[in-house]
Amino acid sequence: MLVATIVPFAVGPDAQLLGRIGGGALWIAALTAALLPIERLVEPDRADGVLDQLALAGVTEETIGATKIVAHWLTFGPLLLLAAIPASIMVAIDGDSLLRCLVALAIGTPALAALSVAVAALTAGLPRAGALAGLLMLPLAVPLLIFGAAATGADSGSALKLEAAVAMLLVAGAPFVTGAAIRAART
Amino acid sequence: MMLLNGTGLALVRGGRLLFEGLDVSLDRGGGLHLTGPNGAGKSSLIRVIAGLLRPTAGAIERPAVALADDHLSLDRELSLRRALGFWNVPKLNGALDALDLSRLADVPVRLLSSGQARRARLARVLASDAPLWLLDEPFNGLDASSGERLRLAIDRHRKTGGAVVIASHQPLADSWQEMVLSG
Repeated sequence: MLVATIVPFAVGPDAQLLGRIGGGALWIAALTAALLPIERLVEPDRADGVLDQLALAGVTEETIGATKIVAHWLTFGPLLLLAAIPASIMVAIDGDSLLRCLVALAIGTPALAALSVAVAALTAGLPRAGALAGLLMLPLAVPLLIFGAAATGADSGSALKLEAAVAMLLVAGAPFVTGAAIRAART
Repeated sequence: MMLLNGTGLALVRGGRLLFEGLDVSLDRGGGLHLTGPNGAGKSSLIRVIAGLLRPTAGAIERPAVALADDHLSLDRELSLRRALGFWNVPKLNGALDALDLSRLADVPVRLLSSGQARRARLARVLASDAPLWLLDEPFNGLDASSGERLRLAIDRHRKTGGAVVIASHQPLADSWQEMVLSG
């Protein structure tokens, strides 16, 4: 919502231009929402020994990763999809594009959540992990954002399929990356 | 009956060999007392036994374990009873009684004093149904009466067929098998 409010002020009240870049603005909002709490996703549980106690209780690290991904998505995904509707008015996206944008965001935000959790686990315990996490996440999020933003524009069929493929790869792979990272952090 | 059996254990951490060729075994009712100077690898050995660290060499067989180390691992905002209830604690009420925590059960974890928090992390072990307890410096920060209560609880656990591994600088009774890690 913050991003969608700032963009019209930053770019100027040109409805045509805003309509063209509006979808991108919503994607930036999604990325920001996924990235903001990244230092709090895994590190507090690691530092407090919660991850160790869960392992003793027989919970696999992959299950922890998958659970954290679902939980993280729930904190921003549904809200973002809801907020995209009033935000679309502010950045002058019309009804058809909004629908395409919502579909693209619904597919893309779980992947952003998965990526954030995996990166958070990889950087847990490091000093200034937040800055490093942003750098790590950037190249991995780029394919998703390219196809996601393209799926928001006209002629979106193939871009949407590619976005879904990238999202599936990220969501399927992230729990294993997270699990391995949690185990590696113990040594 | 043997509960814990580790043979030929070795651990390299941070490029340093902490121990090698170490055999640990415990029967039901057994107690193992790890001693040695700071940095000798007592806590690391406990984490190896818990399965949290993979030994560089050697193999280990163990039952379900309960661990109390220097991490609290309790939600600070919940009451003590609910925070402990998150974990596998079938014997929660007995454990709270044994460590004199019953009247603190409804107090949020963040308000506990450091000694009370130390008892809270021991309560998680006492309340579990794991046959093997791993206690890392359990007597640190406990007052005399709490220490005595803990000793009684440990003795009870050993009498009922459990086993305990303790890393501690405090002397323990003769019924404990002592293992000195030299570092």
